[in-house]
This record gives sequence, structure tokens and C-alpha cells, in this order.
Amino acid sequence: MSATTEPTTTPAPTAVTTPAKEPGQLTKETYRGRIHPDWCPGCGDFSVLAALQTALFELGLQPHQVCVISGIGCSSNLPGYVNTYGMHTLHGRALAVATGVRCGNHDLKVICTGGDGDGYGIGGNHFVHTMRRNVDLTYIVMDNQIYGLTTGQCSPTSVKGMKTKSTPHGSVENPINPIPMAMVGGATYVARAFSGKQKHMVQMFKGAIQHKGFALVDVFSPCVTYNKDNTYQWFNPRVKILEEQGHNPTDLHQAIERGFQWGDEIPIGLFWRRTDLQSLEDLEPVLHTGEGPLAFRNLGISPEQAKRLIQELL
Amino acid sequence: MNKIDFAVGIGGENGQGIASTGNILALIFARRGLHLNAYNAYQSIIRGGHTFLTIRASDGPVRSMGDKIDAFIPLNQDTMDRHLHLLKSGACAIYDKEKVTPGNAADGVQLCPMPMKELTKGNKLAVNTAALGATLQLLGIESEPLETVISRQFMKKGDAVVAENLAIARAGYDYAAQNFTAFSWKAPRGAKPLGIITGNQTIAMGGAAAGVKFYAAYPMSPSTGVLMWMAAHARELGIMVRQVEDEIGVMNMVIGAAHTGCRAMCATSGGGFALMTEAVGMAGMIETPIVCVDVQRAGPATGVPTKTEQGDLWQVLGAGQGDYARIVVAPTSQLDLFHTIPELFNLCDKYQCPGLVLSDLLISEGTTSIDPDDLNFQVKIDRGELILPNGNGADNGSGAIAAANPASGYNDKAYLRYKNTPSGISPRAVPGVPGCIFTAATDEHDEDGTLISDEFTNPQKRRMMVEKRARKMQGAIKDIAPPQLVGQEEADVTLVGWGSTAGVIREAVEKLAGEEGIVANQLAIKWIVPLHAAEIGAILGRSKNVILVENNQSGQFARYLRSETGFAAHGHIRKYDGEPFMPHHIVEAVKEQLGGKSRLSVPVHEVNA
Repeated sequence: MSATTEPTTTPAPTAVTTPAKEPGQLTKETYRGRIHPDWCPGCGDFSVLAALQTALFELGLQPHQVCVISGIGCSSNLPGYVNTYGMHTLHGRALAVATGVRCGNHDLKVICTGGDGDGYGIGGNHFVHTMRRNVDLTYIVMDNQIYGLTTGQCSPTSVKGMKTKSTPHGSVENPINPIPMAMVGGATYVARAFSGKQKHMVQMFKGAIQHKGFALVDVFSPCVTYNKDNTYQWFNPRVKILEEQGHNPTDLHQAIERGFQWGDEIPIGLFWRRTDLQSLEDLEPVLHTGEGPLAFRNLGISPEQAKRLIQELL
Repeated sequence: MNKIDFAVGIGGENGQGIASTGNILALIFARRGLHLNAYNAYQSIIRGGHTFLTIRASDGPVRSMGDKIDAFIPLNQDTMDRHLHLLKSGACAIYDKEKVTPGNAADGVQLCPMPMKELTKGNKLAVNTAALGATLQLLGIESEPLETVISRQFMKKGDAVVAENLAIARAGYDYAAQNFTAFSWKAPRGAKPLGIITGNQTIAMGGAAAGVKFYAAYPMSPSTGVLMWMAAHARELGIMVRQVEDEIGVMNMVIGAAHTGCRAMCATSGGGFALMTEAVGMAGMIETPIVCVDVQRAGPATGVPTKTEQGDLWQVLGAGQGDYARIVVAPTSQLDLFHTIPELFNLCDKYQCPGLVLSDLLISEGTTSIDPDDLNFQVKIDRGELILPNGNGADNGSGAIAAANPASGYNDKAYLRYKNTPSGISPRAVPGVPGCIFTAATDEHDEDGTLISDEFTNPQKRRMMVEKRARKMQGAIKDIAPPQLVGQEEADVTLVGWGSTAGVIREAVEKLAGEEGIVANQLAIKWIVPLHAAEIGAILGRSKNVILVENNQSGQFARYLRSETGFAAHGHIRKYDGEPFMPHHIVEAVKEQLGGKSRLSVPVHEVNA
């Protein structure tokens, strides 16, 4: 597992798709946050952070044009570790806050990060509704199938029978499967990655960030401290990359079928993508008046508008 | 003097057109220049049940629904049975003689039975129109205004419907002229035509004037009117309106939008506010200005969704865990709501904190007349220390930060979002500004936004940040007007209220002086947090007898007043039956208390259940 704590991808300079126009060349260092992560050594989240920084760099995104928004949990500490604007909000609320951020400033690239408990448990309602609205943002879920920050209780993705501190006799509940759930929920880019395959994860992130609409990347990001079942060793032989198997991400039935696959072979990669649905921001006329983001517009209403409003009362 | 002051009461089942009848009457009165107040007592049911609308009008100020009904229109037997006994000599009851039988009316009450089937040519839905015609005739109002308003009201339904309703209105009008005795007075005329408006509309309009660009809500009575106004005007005014999955999402979305630099707002009722409270704490912690309106209804839990109460004071005072700076205001009328929302946005922007408005069903759903000249949408806008990339924020030289760092990501370390300043106010950059990168965290954080919650312990920093945020309220109170005593300084009794009761208390004071020879003055408290405790304590300390009037059972404001000022009111008038105070409730309770009979009065709402 030590191999996964360091980025495995070192992109060549030619990989920069949009070179910075302003003075000061973007480097991977540009995206390093003020502080070093305090995750446990070996945590899968290190790989997610590195992959995200690589993706931002390779896409040439200016740090001030990106806002990384998280909820609460181990993985939700991520915004402080990446040098972009960030919000470290409340447990389960990242997507609701992020929708507000996108509405206020639809020029920002918004990336939400968090864990499985945060996103699929306490935040489940926002998850469902943010997908159906097809809000143009990327949601990266560091799915470790356990509650880590509260020291090891079962999560919505803990497999049936799993013994945790809150299920000492084994969980009797069925887990959520976020992949088919996202597909039928209205997400328009649904992918899975694995912290042990960082190069592949970068590709999933880049595709998600460039996708216009709601993009979910569920990442198997093992908790080395509290989840002794779903470890790197457990995942490594099982994960199979869809892109290497000729999967067609525009075929709904195939995507659903692969999304349900679990056991000896677990697919990772892009399950499902559709580009025929407009995002919430595309569909909201108020954002298309040529005045730029709502946040930077002039306040107040004109005397003519005021006159019309008063006329309605008479 | 000798103002003419009258009220029309219309009752029936939900679905019998009470609201539209009331709306027609209100428009006719307002266009005549009369001041008015309309209150609809209704139940949480779409069809059936009982609803009773009181419209009171006068050529003088009208601040409450008043105490009496002059023209009573029971559209069904139930309404007749519940309200007839409340009519006093001089009043009229106008009803369908084939459908409704009067009970025992007081002496001097004129019963006005009408052959509705004949007058409406069998159109059951138009009985209210015939009754309206009769009512206006009895009030001495010409038929033209009714015809104008009816034509407008039914315009969308086509010429045939307009013609039919006009004929029915005229038939009712003529029938009354031939068969009934008009009131001994005539409805007066005011100086100039007025409009009509509800508090939910003034909340929304106040938001529009303040420059709200993002409004989110989950429908909840009695706050839904704000959402409906916003949705209807969103595209015209460039406001993004979102109906969200729940109130938790509402508040978090509003905070997200506000964090980008938008003025963002939401309204709900107590139950929805309960769901929002953790996020309100987030706005306090990450210092994001938002405005949330709690339109109170009778609680707890689902409570009585269509009834009024002032029961959420302590919920709002204690919203969310921990200590944090917030501003709480309880506007006193519909017009006050309009003026308060922009003022509160300025305070929230300046002090970077959440602003909470306590409205209630009484003023939010209640209709009032409005002088168009009082609705000035060109309000003062102060965005405080806001840094926007296009310089559209505060003019505090902060644009220099952005200009110095056009490429971003390199010199951000110089910027401290949560800088510890003497005022507690820190420069507020928003995402998208080059050179000011930070993470806004709900964990306790240092001046640059990095978490201190993950350190072993850092009591110095924690204390510094807690005090920085708290210090903001020391400035805020200087920007808030202290309450003023209304009436004579020397009085037998001082009536204290907060929020929406200001109007009815004012009328009770006038009534005490005019009818009872009791000199009362009034202290209406609007700004709840921060509270001008010293000023309030000084005023009340000079009063002989202080009675606190509020629309709840436990005396929420009385307890708050005592906790903040040490002042305990001498007496209390509390009403918690779902209906608002009427002036005589307060008058009678004051008399009771001055007579030494009680220190706690709970007025009885006189209507047959």
C-alpha cells in the first residue's frame, strides 16, 4: 500500500492543455495547499488528492477559478490541502452549498469532495436532488465503506455482514450501490476509480471536470485504520478497468449491468455518460442575460422596474 | 376627528371565493383612498372547513383588524352561527334567504336576507358577487368602482363571465337599495388612491430592493407567499429562485450563493427554520452574510399551520450550536418589513453574519393598504468589506489586492480572510478573486482559514477567533436605532410588545385614553439582537407599571427582557389560541390588571368554535 501514498503520474509538460496566459507558469506545486494532510499514513485519500492536483494542473485551471467544497469527515479535510478557493462546510451539505455557489458564480469550476457517509448517508437527499438537477459540478466521493473520523462505524456502503464498532455482530443492512443509483438519479457522468490506480483516476477526474453537468466519481479509497475488509490487497486483484474492456458508456443497459457487478471482479472506469441533457445553469435564463455571474452584478432594481411592481398593487 | 371606521366580515367554506371577494373589497376601499387592514382566519384545508375574513377600513390609520364587524356576509349557515352573536347594534347581516337562517341577533342588527337564486340566476358561485353589490350599497359606495374591479378580476375568463358578474353585482346593489336601510354613515374617501399589499410581498420586495440575486425556499405556510412573489418576478428582476428539496438544503444553498458575493435570502416558518439552524451556525462561523425570514405560526411541531403566534423567539435566539454573532429583528408591520430587509442586508454585509427576521402569519399574510410613495426601491446599499473581482464590492481599496495578483495562486498568503481586527470585521474576498485564495471552514480556524481544530490544543487562537467574531456585535449595536417610547412620558401604564403586535397595542393605547380615561404609553421593540438593553432598562425603569403583551404562552420576550436587562415586567397579557390580539383584548386586560385583579391576563377570543 505504500505505493499508493505518492502520485504515480508525472505528466510531461506537453500534457498542459491550456497554458496559463497570465504571468507565472502553473506547475503542479501551484496546487499544493497551505498545510500537509493529517490523514493516516497509507490512507487512500492521499492518492485522490494527488490525482486531483494533477488533473487541475493538466487542465490548466487557474487556482482562483476553482472552488473545492467538502462536507465533514476525514476526506472532507481535502479543500485545505489544495491551493484553490475552498469551503469546508457541514456534514452532508457539500452539494447543497455547491449548488448555491454554482448559482452565484457559474464561471467557477466547482469540485465537491467527501466520504461515503457524508454523501450517501447524511447527505443522501441532496445527492439525489443535485443529480436530477444536473448541476454542473464534479463530485468525488472517497468511498472507504466505513466511518473513519468517528473511529470505525458502519457506513451506507459497508457490505452486508461487515463487522464494525456499531455492528459488532455484522451489518444486516444492504449497502447503497452509488453507481446505478447515480445513473437512474440523473447524473450525466458516472465513474469509479481506485486509489491504487492513480493514473486512471486522473483520467476519470479530468473527464468529470470537463463534463458539462453532474459528474460523480466514486473512488475506492481504503481506510487503512478501520476497514480491515476492503483493503488495497482486497481491491487490487478485483478491480478491472472498463476502458480496457471495451465498455460503451453510452449504453444504459450495459452500464447498469456493470454497475451492479461486485465480487471477484469489480469494474472501475467510466460507466455512464450522456451529453444530451442540459445542466441547471444552462436552463436557468437568469444566468444568460450577458451580465456575467449573479454575484458580480449591480444590485437593486431600476426605477422602471419599481414602477411596474407598484402598479401591480393598485 | 370623527374618523369613520368600519369593518366587513365575510365567512364561508374554503373554496367559496372568500379570498377573491375580500380582494375586490380591499381594492375598492384602497382606490377610494381608505386605509385598511385585512386578516383572514382560515384553516389548513383546501376545500370546505371555515374561513372568515375581516376587512377594516377608515380614513384614519388602521393598524389592526379592530373589534367589531359592521357588514357581515355569512356565505353559509356555519358562518352565521359562529359570528352573528358578535354583531352589535347598527350592524347588518347580508345572506342568502333560501340557504341561511339567522339565529338571535342583538337589538339594532339589521338582517338583510336576499333572494340569491333569483339575483344570480342560479349561479351558485356568484352569491358572493351579489352580496358584494349589496354591501357596497349599504356602505354608500357607488357601483362604478365595483364594476371596474369586477371587470378586471374576471377579465381573463372572458367577456361573458365579466358581463354575468357585472349584472349580478348590479342586481345585488339594486336589491339592497330597494329593500334595506343603508348605514347611517357613508364610507368616506381618503386623500389619494392607495394600493394593497401583504407582508410576504413586502418581504420579497424589500429583498428585491436590497439587491437579492438568489432566493431559495421549501414551501411552508405562512411563508410561501414570499416564494410565490419571487418566482413570479424572478426573470423580470434577474433573481435566481430555487425550490429546494428541504430547508436544510435551502439554507446551505443560500450560504453557497452568498459566499460567492450574491445577496441571498430565504423565508420559512418555524419548522423549516429548525432544519436550517445548523447551517445558520455555519454562516456565523465562516462569516457569510445571509438573510432568513421566519414567518412564525403556532407551534410546536406542525402546530396550527394557519394560525399566528410569536413562539419562535427562543428558537431564533438559540439557533444552532455554540456562540456566534447574529442579528435578529422583528419588524412591526408590513411596511416595516419592506424597509427592514435592505437595512438588515447592509448590516449583515458589514458585520458578515447571518440576519434573522421574525415575522408572523398576522403581518405576513395580513393585507394592508399602502401608499405607493412609501415604497422607495432606491435604497442605500452598503456591502462592507467585500472584495469582488470587478470592483463591484466595497470601495475600500481592496481592489488593489486583486490588481496586484492577476495570476493567482502565488501571492495568496498575504491575504487573511479572517484577519483579527479591532472591529472584528475582516476583508471578505469571494471565490474568483485572484490573490485571495482561502478555505472557508466550519471547523475553528486561524486568520488565514486553516483549521486549528486538528491541533493538539490552541487555547490562544481559539479564544482570539471567538472574540474576533463576537466583537462585531459591539459595532453593530451602534448602527441600530434604540426603541422609542410612544405617547406621554407620564403614564399609568407602559405597554411593551415586540414585532407584529405594535399596531394593535397602539390602538389599545388610543382606546384606553379615549374610552377608559387611562393614560398608557407604548414601547415597541423591533431589534432583538443586539438589544439596546441599557436604553430599554432606563425607559422601563421610569415607568410606573409595565405590562408585556405577546402572542405566546410562556412569555418568551418577557424572559428575554429579564435576562438582558434584569427588568421584570409587572404584568403580562398573553394570547396563544392561534388568533391575533384585538384592541379590546388588551384594553380589558389592562383594566383588569390596573384594578389589581391579575398579573397575567389571557384574553378569550370571542367566536363560537
